[in-house]
Amino acid sequence: MTTIYSSASEMAQALSKKDISSVELTKLHLGRIEAVDGKVHAFLHVDSQGAIAQATAVDAKRAAGEKLSPLAGVPLALKDILAQKGVPTTAGSKILQGWRPPYDSTVVAKLKAAGVVILGKTNMDEFAMGSSTENSAYGTTQNPWDLTRTPGGSSGGSAAAVAAFQAPLAIGTDTGGSIRQPAALTGIVGVKPTYGGVSRYGVVAYSSSLDQVGPFARTVLDTALLHEAIAGHDERDSTSINAPVPQVVAAAKKLDVKGMKIGVIKELGGTGFQAGVSQRFNEALELLVAGGAQIVEVSCPNFEYALAAYYLIAPSEASSNLARFDSMRYGLRVGDDGSKGAEEVMSITREAGFGKEVKRRIILGTYALSSGYYDAYYGSAQKVRTLVKQDFEKAFAQVDVLVSPVTPTTAFKIGEKSNDPVAMYLSDIATIPVNMAGIGGMSLPVGLAPEDGLPVGMQIMAPVMQDDRFYRVGGALEAALLSKWGKPLLSNIPELGGM
Amino acid sequence: MTLDYAGATTKYEPTLGLEVHVELNTKSKMFCGCATEFGAEPNTQTCPVCLGLPGALPVVNAKAIESSILIGLALNCSIAPYSRFARKNYFYPDMPKNFQTSQFDEPICVNGYLDVEIQTDEGQKVFRVEIERVHMEEDTGKSLHVGGATGRIHGAEYSLLDYNRAGIPLVEIVTRIVPGTGKYAPQVARAYVTELRDILRSLGVSDVKMEQGSLRCDANVSLAPIGSGKLGTRSETKNVNSLRSVERAVSGEIERQANRLESGERIIQETRHFLEESGQTRPGRSKEQAEDYRYFPEPDLVPVTPDAKWIEELRTRIPEKPSVRRKRLQTQWNCPDKEMESLVNAELLDVVEETIKLGAEPTRARTWWLGEISRLANEKEVAPTSLITSKDVAEIIALIVGGDLTDKLARQVVEGVISGEGSASSVIEKRGLKVVSDDSALMTAIEAAIAAQPDTAERIRGGNIPAAGALIGAVMKATGGAADAAKVRELLLKHLGQG
Repeated sequence: MTTIYSSASEMAQALSKKDISSVELTKLHLGRIEAVDGKVHAFLHVDSQGAIAQATAVDAKRAAGEKLSPLAGVPLALKDILAQKGVPTTAGSKILQGWRPPYDSTVVAKLKAAGVVILGKTNMDEFAMGSSTENSAYGTTQNPWDLTRTPGGSSGGSAAAVAAFQAPLAIGTDTGGSIRQPAALTGIVGVKPTYGGVSRYGVVAYSSSLDQVGPFARTVLDTALLHEAIAGHDERDSTSINAPVPQVVAAAKKLDVKGMKIGVIKELGGTGFQAGVSQRFNEALELLVAGGAQIVEVSCPNFEYALAAYYLIAPSEASSNLARFDSMRYGLRVGDDGSKGAEEVMSITREAGFGKEVKRRIILGTYALSSGYYDAYYGSAQKVRTLVKQDFEKAFAQVDVLVSPVTPTTAFKIGEKSNDPVAMYLSDIATIPVNMAGIGGMSLPVGLAPEDGLPVGMQIMAPVMQDDRFYRVGGALEAALLSKWGKPLLSNIPELGGM
Repeated sequence: MTLDYAGATTKYEPTLGLEVHVELNTKSKMFCGCATEFGAEPNTQTCPVCLGLPGALPVVNAKAIESSILIGLALNCSIAPYSRFARKNYFYPDMPKNFQTSQFDEPICVNGYLDVEIQTDEGQKVFRVEIERVHMEEDTGKSLHVGGATGRIHGAEYSLLDYNRAGIPLVEIVTRIVPGTGKYAPQVARAYVTELRDILRSLGVSDVKMEQGSLRCDANVSLAPIGSGKLGTRSETKNVNSLRSVERAVSGEIERQANRLESGERIIQETRHFLEESGQTRPGRSKEQAEDYRYFPEPDLVPVTPDAKWIEELRTRIPEKPSVRRKRLQTQWNCPDKEMESLVNAELLDVVEETIKLGAEPTRARTWWLGEISRLANEKEVAPTSLITSKDVAEIIALIVGGDLTDKLARQVVEGVISGEGSASSVIEKRGLKVVSDDSALMTAIEAAIAAQPDTAERIRGGNIPAAGALIGAVMKATGGAADAAKVRELLLKHLGQG
């Protein structure tokens, strides 16, 4: 029987056999959201009407015998950073309050074309700046594993929605780890595709040279199916890669790592990493060896500068990307009482509309780009970026994929790091190099840390446009873990009630 | 005592610098598919991209790149094999993204020159104007400040914004400083902009209409005491909307600066606005506190890397330089300077050349286009070339030369063609406008005239030849002007024994 606990591929199969209709499946998930989102707060906007309408349309097409895409009729949660025509899109910021985009982002257009049912928009750190959703202007999302903890961020709403069975699939964006880190902290699968693999058209920009859209799901295969549905060249995005989409679904089904060379990055582990995180990571490595893979230690000496360089490049681009929020054409307008000029109204609006972390990064970026400082800050950061890229190239000359823990710790308490920006920034230390180099990476759940019973993720990385490699390793490792545990990791998640 | 222009240039050496903005005539905008038509209803030629909506991304217009390269080649520039767009960050309500996508340190064309010739006291002299760079950028929207006395933003009650112009492709052509022009600086400036305009027109890349703003010139002027070998502080004059204004703005600015320096004041580095009525400039924005635009490479666009083969192919499309062509045609046609100037100013060079190519005699071709046809065009307030084709004009001239049409009849043919009665030959046929050359028909008219004025005829017989005028007039009247007056005179005198 199909339930909210089924995987997306099981749901798709049941739909194609007409065991269940898309409307029924959509209503099940809307019911679940209704029941548990008061506790989780994964959603900023639930579009029940729109979702039912989409589901009805898919059911009608199926009844008419039309050929449908693999995920047709399966529900999905969408990060509130992607423009969806007519549906509120805030990017977690007050400054976009009330904005309903007049157009669909390319990813949304592709999802609609594939018949995927969009349930609503999920919570996030404002403009994707953060690692916990605590920077959302609309409240924090709670981790379904422990409601006193954050689900990570910035795509924390999407990750929590999938972990809490409010949706089998979700879309996030990842600029420095914003898909992989929340996936790790909520025990689900999340992928940041190669930069340029998925169109950014219609994604509210944080840092254009780092932002990338990607899938969340509870299994590697589901993640691959969603990845294929959204990937591909888009002529509206000049930075999108004009090449065939990697065969990720086939790779996820391979379940075999025999003869593969897997590199462990020396600099991303050991000191500073929670004991249980390292333990589960090492156990997963043993399973890969048992599966016939060869483990090699590699060194990426420039990674230690990646975090600092990221906090120059991303804020620099953000300071420019966020300049358009000036109250003139859309979104919030404060202080326009008829007595003030445009510049003053803009200033008052930006003061009221942006949160603390966003302001911090705008100031940082404005400073880094200023004449006289540009070379020392933005210029040096770009050099580090090149060095990080070269570290990866050297490493990939020796191995097929690279691995590391996704995060130094398991999910942290809400409020624990919110007053210490640097501590918060450190939770992305292992994920940022991937964005700097423009390659792809997966976060795969590899167990619960013994000391706190919270999920641990392994990051699997592959060269540009070789995303199929981490699906192959991820799929095989997932199967090995499942046979070791006898049941999915998420079956350990506390019942939230309501079902 | 105030200095006049002659006094100013006796004491001070002016240095010029010219920045010309050209709107390209591409069908779509620089970074989106919106139309670029001039004069459309406000905000009807916009989309998410040129409105800078969150999530929208730019895509470079390939035609604009082609036009920019053509301009660079025509100005003897090197074409960069690798150039990039950059963001120029500043806040202004008519700029939707609050940054302008432009080019900064990596422009598409560099290091060119343009030779211009002017009349000096020592005869024709050539000045070489060196081109520093040619780069691409997007235009901003337009603000209309309503209320208040000045039409400027300060004191206005409210402002209206039209984003139709936002994103129209612009090419900026920047000269190096032009030293050594002495008192001829205003003429050199005008000759440069004129020659540049003609080149752009011959390339077909822009409408180059200064009054509509598709060609805009900023003139930088500085003064230093003659022989000092120094460069003075410059001012930048904007709002120069005609070729004549270019000349006036430069001379006006030379006079103003000289008088300031004379009275011991310093020149402020600032933007000034040219006032058409007075020929003076008024101060605008001070540039003493240099604005920091925080340029950085546009991360949403990939570098422009034109293929060397393509550049060579474009090079073959560069037409003959307009000044060279003018000289060639003037010699071929044996055309006086004044008349050549009139043809150029009236933009009739192409059509006159065509008419002559179709066999028309050069002097008559020029006279007809500059005279009768231009007169009718002025009356109707349209371009002469929109009234009649070069083919019709060539045909009419051939008939005049062959004696089939008199000038008077030819004017009627032209009028018939213009009022839509068909081609020249069909107007001649329909209106029966051929010269009456049949001697017997003329003789009948002559005899009738003699019969009507026997006294006059008698005087002619008696040797009073000038009296023939009255009888010739009568014959011409009787034939409705369709007779050749010389022929009538010949026959009449012969008939009266005076031939």
